[in-house]
Amino acid sequence: MNELLRRMLFLPEQGSTLASRVDHMHYFIVLTTLLVGTGIGLTGLVFLVRYRRRGDHTVTPRIEAPNWLEALYISIPLSLFLLWGALGYRDYVWARTPPEGALDVYVSAKQWMWKFSYPEGIGGVGVLYVPAGRPVRLLITSRDVIHSFFVPAFRLKMDALPGRYTEAWFEAVRPGRYQVLCAELCGLDHSLMRAEVVVLAPGEFEEWRARQQALPPVAAGESSEVLLREDLATPLVEQGRAVAVREGCFKCHTVDGTPHIGPTWRGLYLREEPLTGGGHIRADVAYLTESMMDPEAKVVAGFQPVMPSFQGRLNAAEVASLVEFIQSLRPERPVPPAAKEPLYEQRRGR
Amino acid sequence: MSSAADAEPAVPAEDYLHAERGPWSWLTTHDHKRIGVMFLASLLLMFLLGGGYALALRMELLTPGETVMGRLAYNRAFTLHGVIMVWLFLIPSIPSSFGNFLLPLMVGARDVAFPRLNLASFYLYVLGAVMTLWAILQGGVDTGWTFYTPFSTATGTDVLPVLLGVFVVGFSTIFTGLNFIATVHTMRAPGMGWMRLPLFVWAIYGTAIIQVLATPVLGMVLVLVALERVAGVGFFDPARGGDPLLYQHLFWFYSHPAVYIMILPGMGVISEMVPAFSRKNPFSYRVLVWSTAGIAFVGFLTWGHHMFVSGQSTFGSGAFSILSMLVAIFTALKIFTWLSTMYRGSIWVNAPFTYVLGFIFLLFFGGMSGVAVAVTSTDIHWHDTYFVVAHFHFIMVGASLMAFLGALHYWFPKMFGRRYPESLGVGAAVLIIFGFIATFLPQFLLGNMGMPRRYADYPEHFQPLHVASTAGASLLGFGFVIVAVYLGWSLRHGAVAGRDPWGSRGYEWLSDSPPPEFNFHEPPTFPDRPHDYAEREDRPEVGHAL
Ligand code: HEM
Ligand SMILES: [Cu+2]
Repeated sequence: MNELLRRMLFLPEQGSTLASRVDHMHYFIVLTTLLVGTGIGLTGLVFLVRYRRRGDHTVTPRIEAPNWLEALYISIPLSLFLLWGALGYRDYVWARTPPEGALDVYVSAKQWMWKFSYPEGIGGVGVLYVPAGRPVRLLITSRDVIHSFFVPAFRLKMDALPGRYTEAWFEAVRPGRYQVLCAELCGLDHSLMRAEVVVLAPGEFEEWRARQQALPPVAAGESSEVLLREDLATPLVEQGRAVAVREGCFKCHTVDGTPHIGPTWRGLYLREEPLTGGGHIRADVAYLTESMMDPEAKVVAGFQPVMPSFQGRLNAAEVASLVEFIQSLRPERPVPPAAKEPLYEQRRGR
Repeated sequence: MSSAADAEPAVPAEDYLHAERGPWSWLTTHDHKRIGVMFLASLLLMFLLGGGYALALRMELLTPGETVMGRLAYNRAFTLHGVIMVWLFLIPSIPSSFGNFLLPLMVGARDVAFPRLNLASFYLYVLGAVMTLWAILQGGVDTGWTFYTPFSTATGTDVLPVLLGVFVVGFSTIFTGLNFIATVHTMRAPGMGWMRLPLFVWAIYGTAIIQVLATPVLGMVLVLVALERVAGVGFFDPARGGDPLLYQHLFWFYSHPAVYIMILPGMGVISEMVPAFSRKNPFSYRVLVWSTAGIAFVGFLTWGHHMFVSGQSTFGSGAFSILSMLVAIFTALKIFTWLSTMYRGSIWVNAPFTYVLGFIFLLFFGGMSGVAVAVTSTDIHWHDTYFVVAHFHFIMVGASLMAFLGALHYWFPKMFGRRYPESLGVGAAVLIIFGFIATFLPQFLLGNMGMPRRYADYPEHFQPLHVASTAGASLLGFGFVIVAVYLGWSLRHGAVAGRDPWGSRGYEWLSDSPPPEFNFHEPPTFPDRPHDYAEREDRPEVGHAL
């Protein structure tokens, strides 16, 4: 029954303990609504047919509602609504009260990325690793405007506010990958502000955590440079990559599509970028070069003018190799993660 | 319609349309009827513009990724769609046009209490609209019609002209509301007690009270945002000790009641039409009156239901949830009462009544989905998704717009003295209702799937439902075109209506159609209770297209 209704209502899979609670309330609401709606619709239909106008001069009786009927009209829907409200509130209180011993994760939102970190210092951008079957408490904040952390499969949503912390928790029921969306309008790339929750079996999670702790701490994005596909690399591209590493470009730019302190380089070449000062720019060779030499001339909307100038630090050959490198980072549409299969096994070797 | 021709008066009376001539006489008029007609024309223009944006949005959402516009353009388009539809169309729609036209007629007055203020209100509206549209030419705004801070104080687009435009339109709303309140209090015909007011007058009166009490809060908060943008005053910016949620509280304190500014007049229209086309007295006049008052009052106490996932206190959410249940009950009462009014009536299903049926259907599902999002736990999932988009379009477009179109058809003969082709009207109404359902029903499901609102781009698995929705929107747009064409045609070529083509007992039909310049040739008397049809022969002018 649960599965049938879930599919009929187009609900995503129930990935958390909250999801089934919310869904059951949802079914109750939908079913009672349809029941009452059918009643009203049928009554209306009968009236339309039975009392349709038969002539220009039909007379009608004067009928006034008796008091008891008015009382009935008030009390039946009101008690139904209050019942809905009370049952829903019970679940809401539950959803707002994290259980003891939950795993804490700090979530910080920023135009347009999600950053996750654990109390022991490890963390990353865009992917939240959690164990299955254990409550996870999220402490959410934002670095700029209001965002909203939304995992449809968990029926979980909580706003991320600048200057404040909000709290949410969930317990994932089985390993898998679940999409995170931003649900509060936050500017240009609001609709691209996506991340992923990767739920691991408890053992796997501990392994992952141990491995992370063993790694030297890295700024987000720095590690993403290894994602560059070998087959695209020509010598010039290779040189560009080396220059980028040497000059520390990856402190702020990523090559895997996640925006960081600066725009990502993936798919940047020839992209139309909106500028802070209004207008657009096409990221061609001229613009890329200008951005390296005089970064504050044209700042892409949503980013702070923090990039240093490389005037005098890069020679012409190095600039050319950097441009070649950026060109090689072809855009690819991010593939939506398959929600069903626990793909986490593929990652084990890393 | 055969008898309509017989009703043509031998000597054409000096109706308000011909009492004075030339555009100047319109632009300087103090006649509430002419002001109502000018409002109607401007509102329709705004609706056209907002509708154009709507179609552009639906086109963009046909496929994921970029379809016809970039992300910035999309953000600007939905903002202007919302701003135009909410502030320049829905909020003033029924009160400023039909309210202006009908309120004095219905209470037996020569005009509203302050005719000059009425004209000023029209010009303020035009000024505000022009300022807002000017902002479009300046490049547009990307904050959404809700202007949430701190995004609205940080974004690079030019928010100020829109804030100012909305601010000015707010004054127009306040003036119109004041005018209506004064008119109802002081200008009722002798013998017309409060419990004899037509239901539409009650609805407009309730709306006017909300307008006068709530709109100043909106004005204030717009000024605060403007100050924050221009002078960097930190009301909402946490870096300066401000509170990012303060804006939402202030905004919804106005804007939740504002959604009732959009719906109450529509309920008033329906309360007029159900008795007229069922030829029955209202099942319970007092329920319809007191539920209007109840909505106007409780509507002020529910704003927090827009903030269940904003981090507001858990207890607060529970309180707002329960209060929201109370406001829903008044809507339920109205639906039951309209339905019961039809019991043992004599129902004439023509174009306006088709809109009544559409209205009740959409109000029911829009209202129930409203209660559903007022349930705290389910709203965690639905908040800021397409489910909410579908909810408020069902209510606002579905119900307010249905009522507006119903009113347009019902009072068209009153305003212009002519009738429109009835069968075409019914056909177009059916098309619009189905187009409407096809557009927004898939959006409920999209919301269930987890599609957030205000997305220019979306993950691929949402696409099929978006395609369905866009298809419905084209049907809907087509329906409006038909209505525009035949109503425009009927303005000149429609059959002459006669005084009371519907056989309605509404007081406004006691004067000629179209009414003379000062509404009545001699001081009117209102012998019957309002909407009283019982056991009496009908007036002879009615011609039924049965
Ligand atoms: C009858 C006339 C109604 C109108 C015109 C109306 C209109 C609206 C509008 C415009 C919004 C969206 C605001 C936005 O842009 O965020 C909205 C949201 C909402 N409405 Fe209604 N509504 C009506 C009835 C109701 C009722 C009867 C209830 C509940 C008892 C209700 C509960 C809600 C809730 C809880 C939300 C916020 C949902 C969310 O953001 O998660 N509404 N409504
Ligand atoms: Cu965001």
